[in-house]
Amino acid sequence: MNDMPKGGVRQALRHDSAVKHVTGEAQYIDDMPELPGTLHAWLATSTKAHARILRMDLSAALALPGVAAIVTARDIPGRNDIAPILKGEPVLADGVVEHVGHPFAAVAAETMETARRAASLIEVEYEELPPILSIEQAIAEQAFVSRVLTMQRGDWREGLRQARHRRTGQLEIGGQDHFYLESQVALAIPQEDGDMLVHSSTQHPTEVQHGVATLLGLANNAVTVECRRMGGGFGGKESQATIIAGIAALLARRSSRPVKLRLVRDDDMIVTGKRHDFLIRYEVGFDDEGRIEAIDMELAARCGNVADLSPAVLTRALCHMDNCYFLPAVRARGLPCRTNTVSNTAFRGFGGPQGMLAIEAVIGTIAHALGRPADQVRAANYYGGAGRDVTPYGQRIRDNLIPRITREIAAQADYERRRREIDAFNATSPVIRKGLALFPLKFGISFNLPTLNQAGALVHVYTDGSVHLNHGGTEMGQGLFTKVAQVVAEVFRIDIDHIKVSAASTAKVPNTSATAASSGSDLNGMAAMQAAQTIKNRMISFAAEHFGVLPEQVEFAANRIIVGNRTLAFGELAHLAWANRISLSATGFYRTPEIHFDLERMQGEPFYYFTYGACVAEAAIDTLTGESRILRADILQDCGSSLNPAIDMGQIEGGFVQGMGWLTCEELVWDATGALRTHAPSTYKIPVSRDLPPVFNVRILEDAPNRAATVFRSKGIGEPPLMLAIATWLAIRDAVASVGGHRHAPPLDAPATPERILMAVEALRKGAG
Amino acid sequence: MPTVSMTVNGKTVSRDVEARTLLVQFLREHLNLTGTHVGCDTSQCGACVVHVDGRSVKSCTMLAAQANGASVTTIEGLAQGDKLHPMQEAFREHHALQCGFCTPGMIMSAIDLVKRNPNPSEETIRHELEGNICRCTGYHNIVKAVKAAAANM
Ligand code: FES
Ligand code: FES
Repeated sequence: MNDMPKGGVRQALRHDSAVKHVTGEAQYIDDMPELPGTLHAWLATSTKAHARILRMDLSAALALPGVAAIVTARDIPGRNDIAPILKGEPVLADGVVEHVGHPFAAVAAETMETARRAASLIEVEYEELPPILSIEQAIAEQAFVSRVLTMQRGDWREGLRQARHRRTGQLEIGGQDHFYLESQVALAIPQEDGDMLVHSSTQHPTEVQHGVATLLGLANNAVTVECRRMGGGFGGKESQATIIAGIAALLARRSSRPVKLRLVRDDDMIVTGKRHDFLIRYEVGFDDEGRIEAIDMELAARCGNVADLSPAVLTRALCHMDNCYFLPAVRARGLPCRTNTVSNTAFRGFGGPQGMLAIEAVIGTIAHALGRPADQVRAANYYGGAGRDVTPYGQRIRDNLIPRITREIAAQADYERRRREIDAFNATSPVIRKGLALFPLKFGISFNLPTLNQAGALVHVYTDGSVHLNHGGTEMGQGLFTKVAQVVAEVFRIDIDHIKVSAASTAKVPNTSATAASSGSDLNGMAAMQAAQTIKNRMISFAAEHFGVLPEQVEFAANRIIVGNRTLAFGELAHLAWANRISLSATGFYRTPEIHFDLERMQGEPFYYFTYGACVAEAAIDTLTGESRILRADILQDCGSSLNPAIDMGQIEGGFVQGMGWLTCEELVWDATGALRTHAPSTYKIPVSRDLPPVFNVRILEDAPNRAATVFRSKGIGEPPLMLAIATWLAIRDAVASVGGHRHAPPLDAPATPERILMAVEALRKGAG
Repeated sequence: MPTVSMTVNGKTVSRDVEARTLLVQFLREHLNLTGTHVGCDTSQCGACVVHVDGRSVKSCTMLAAQANGASVTTIEGLAQGDKLHPMQEAFREHHALQCGFCTPGMIMSAIDLVKRNPNPSEETIRHELEGNICRCTGYHNIVKAVKAAAANM
């Protein structure tokens, strides 16, 4: 008999919905059969960046046949507040609009077309107020959405004063639209007793539940939020989903009918938040080897009109401005700039990518100042060795894989040889220039705020041995449902086909955290494992007692249980246990151990462990047009002991390409009035299949079980690979630097669009000439 | 309201719809064929690709009335009972999907591409699928799947 159940951990299983996806059967919220009377909603949004609403006239809109309800801030029965961290962030603008695209009213009508027309008939009279449209302006006016964060260690002032070399620098880092293929959507269905059921495309059902309850003035138990799957999330459906679900629920309450709100793509891009763009300024002191002695860095983020998740994003940016480098004396300040643009939010990496890109710019500055290869400067600064293993926020690094990963990736990518080849190529190529870069990363896993590092799960075993699984995590394509089911299959030693994963629901598992911070399988996998283990333990003690053997003589083998010299099918034992009144249902709960963090002092050990990775990228640029191509990328990524190598590979490839988009072609452009001009793929360029590097070698680091006791020693993988793409930006910068003979730091910001590349090339030519 | 008739996945259908109804609305809202997705609403992402008389078309770009009398195949019409079309099978087998939202359109485009290029190189595949955005997979496995399917079609 085969003793491996199909689908335990470590197996490269397909996504649990794979067949449904290829046949079109998988249901997203917009695909759900509509209940009779379902209304469709449309938002009325501000055309001004900052203005007082003097008058709003709904009469023409209400008079339009087919319009069922309109809501404004005045019609909110509860509190107009959906702030995820702080307080006072209205879902509908109340009296003052604070960015172009700020919703101030919403219409529900028989058809989407009617709702759209009605929204355009709402008359508004504005009194314009002075807007803040840039990070610089916000800094000048000291306009912040929350307090300025400061992380410090050592005497950075003295360190800078005494350093042999000192340089200052600046870097602009662009934002990014999530462009999940399924735009934001929610369907709110009124229930008896004034309750509300909301199907929401959300990474955070609990937050949607709280938001809807607050808006409707209900207790949390009167609101149920469900999500079977999202068509992509990437952080964009963490807090932003509450806006959509909240407005749908308000309209449903007002009309007493089901209401669906799906944003069309342009509105999605205008109305919902994105990755924060940053302005980085720094002064760094270093020795002749390029070793950093002290650094003072200011990381200013465009937060938009309200805080949303920005304080947490900035915290993570500060906790990743060290990347793999030991900074003996440091001050890093995070400035949460308030601007009259859409409120920026979570996006894969959550500030980490911006922090890492900032320190990589510093490494480049040092390398050019000393005329040394950047790799040498990196190596001089890597964490490791006595007294060089504690981060600026006070966490000791116990699992350092940097030496191993950088060594292995250099070999895998044949780095040294290609470096020489590229230098030789550039020496004889006046127009096309190539660049190469090796970038290592270290990413902290756990939410910075310790409270959020908890999860629950619910497991039922039915009397035929089939299993129902529910947990607090949400499925956005990342394969979480598959991984958690694998964990449960492993505990029961049954084939995964016997396990049904069900939609995330606040009614099944309460008080959950967002599926975010790469922690989905760490947290929910553990909670599910615990629940399954509880049931398994009950089955073991029951079987031992019932058959008169010792508990040690009850063994869960593949799809069967061996009890002494008897063998029962899993379902048989389940049935027998039920007949003898043994509970076959259990909840599981997990909280990450050991972590702590003081948000005031920005000190502690916030991360349970670190995930490492490295990428070597090769780029070519055309110095006459500024065009660039990534010719080759080699990746080595740490996944601990991967729960599912196929799914992890997908996360690595997809994350990398998404990061490449952020750093090369995705550019958000706001005009002088504060309006976003890039609100569709026609003007906002997302990587397509042709942008994929023609040579793309991806490997998972072998034999690298997590040192921390995570679920089957795996590691979180959702976010880190996005940052591997920093190698592509560095490779482009290297190609640009070759124009100036690598003697000057190229003034290249991110994303490295053709325009920016061309400007940097021109600047070097002028500087050199 | 004009009557629009066409053959969809081998069945003749006829509905009275407003003249401005898009083919994608006709399929999703009138026929409940929700496997065809709307990703961008403006003819740029490829999530809504179906076949009209054997050729791939972004169904958000076309009026239902323009497909009057045509034969339309959607993602729901590919499998023969439980047997997946080789392209569907390859997407499943090669992990060419994550959130799955782009998948139906991607598969429809890929089938059309293989029909026109029975033995496409990776470069051809990458080039041809340019009109289909996938935000999750990074395309690597999609290209692999299309190549594998081409061998089986
Ligand atoms: S929805 Fe038709 S191309 Fe995007
Ligand atoms: S799988 Fe999500 S967009 Fe392609």
